[in-house]
Amino acid sequence: MSVTESVTDQGPEAAFAAYLAQGKFMIQRSASTGAHVFYPRPFVPGTGETNLEWVEASGDGTVYATTVNRRSPDKGGSFNVALIDLAEGPRMMSRVVGVAPEEVKIGMKVRAKIEHLNGAPAVVWELA
Amino acid sequence: MTDLSHLRAKAACVGIATHGTGEAPGWNSTELMGMAVLKALDDAGLKLNQVDGIWAATAVHSMAAMSLAEYLGIHPKFSSGSNIGGSSFLAHALDAALALEAGLVDVAVIAYGSNQRTAGGFRSVSEPMPFEAQYQPRNPITAYALAASRYMHEFGATREHLAEVAVAARAWASHNPEAFTRDPIAVDDVLASRPISDPLGKLDCCLVTDGAAAAVMVRADRAKDFAKPVYLLGAAMAHDHRMISQMPTLTTTCAVDSGRRAFAMAGYGPKDMKTVQLYDAFTINTILFLEDLGFCAKGEGKDFVSGGRIAPGGELAVNTSGGGLSCVHPGMYGLFVMAEAIRQARGDAPGIQIEGADLCLAHGNGGVLSSEVTTVWGTEQTL
Repeated sequence: MSVTESVTDQGPEAAFAAYLAQGKFMIQRSASTGAHVFYPRPFVPGTGETNLEWVEASGDGTVYATTVNRRSPDKGGSFNVALIDLAEGPRMMSRVVGVAPEEVKIGMKVRAKIEHLNGAPAVVWELA
Repeated sequence: MTDLSHLRAKAACVGIATHGTGEAPGWNSTELMGMAVLKALDDAGLKLNQVDGIWAATAVHSMAAMSLAEYLGIHPKFSSGSNIGGSSFLAHALDAALALEAGLVDVAVIAYGSNQRTAGGFRSVSEPMPFEAQYQPRNPITAYALAASRYMHEFGATREHLAEVAVAARAWASHNPEAFTRDPIAVDDVLASRPISDPLGKLDCCLVTDGAAAAVMVRADRAKDFAKPVYLLGAAMAHDHRMISQMPTLTTTCAVDSGRRAFAMAGYGPKDMKTVQLYDAFTINTILFLEDLGFCAKGEGKDFVSGGRIAPGGELAVNTSGGGLSCVHPGMYGLFVMAEAIRQARGDAPGIQIEGADLCLAHGNGGVLSSEVTTVWGTEQTL
């Protein structure tokens, strides 16, 4: 895992999106405690420390919860929405792709990749 | 824990009303809310011009307290419209009790109104959640479905357990003339209902109705002059996330915290409650809240709700109106949860009246298992 300088002086949401556009899934880490933070903020939630640095996520995750959002085929069909626990600790909402939405099970090991989703790059997951 | 017993029973609800529940074609949200206030004041024997405090939040007014006060033609000395989702109105009851006790107001009105059903169905007014919206959660349903999936995984619960909650709610509703859906259903009906967001089907989800409600509160020293005062014995709120992805654990809500503090303030515990009114936006809610409020241990809720134990004639009278699942759910349901608790305590519930229901719990939930507000209501005999 490599520590990277902040790409710009913009806010953390825009910085995350800029990294994503470069093909990088970046999260934040506290320089003093080593604890990781997602979603991105200018400070550590709960303590307010401003020593967060961007680090590349390992890309390893585990399905914490999962659902199939039912949608008719003519509107694009049903799709998965899941909560993924990152190996670094934080949890994110995402989607497990490459497998039928019903086949996604809690506890499955998954691997991050960046895909275009609804017109913008997004972190999605496939079975590890 | 800070001792808040000095705030116990400092205010009472002396008027309560619902209006236009189910379908109210041709009526707008403000009209319905205004009529509910008028009916609640009439129930209390008070006049409109005696109201000097307003609490209101809706899904269609950005400044609900101002809109309502203008509509009623009154000039509040104090008003508020804190919006923490469907639990807002139970938090407003605590706010109102504090404002009454402090002498800021003498007659407090809490109100809600919505015509969402006849206006075209459920419309979320929530802003898109950052870092979630791109994955197209169908909130709030997706969030509750995720919680249900996790609960089933951790505790071996099944869709049948969830269905038991809907079946019990419908059984209560079948006796309630105010309930929107009254035809009895069975577990198989719930399982066969249209899948929305797995594991939740249509009958695991609350109704989409119209409806308004209002409550009138006064200081305790005046309450005994009214016909049926019901005292706010304990109240507490807690919240820790806005987005489901940020909820610390999806199987335990901060109702653990709000419940503990509300019971401590009231000086009563779960076993003392004669009826239990819980915000049942989805079937998983009832199970989680029964556990988190201390009616059973974590993981036992699935069995606690099964076999008719929370249905009419069961061991615990839960959601006696039929709840958000089968009675009424006009977008934000919290004030209706409170209304049923107060009506049960007064002895004039529109459906099945529980005999001797002198102590009733009303628990509100808002957002995506986000805000939890617990209130304990009791008659004069419980003071």
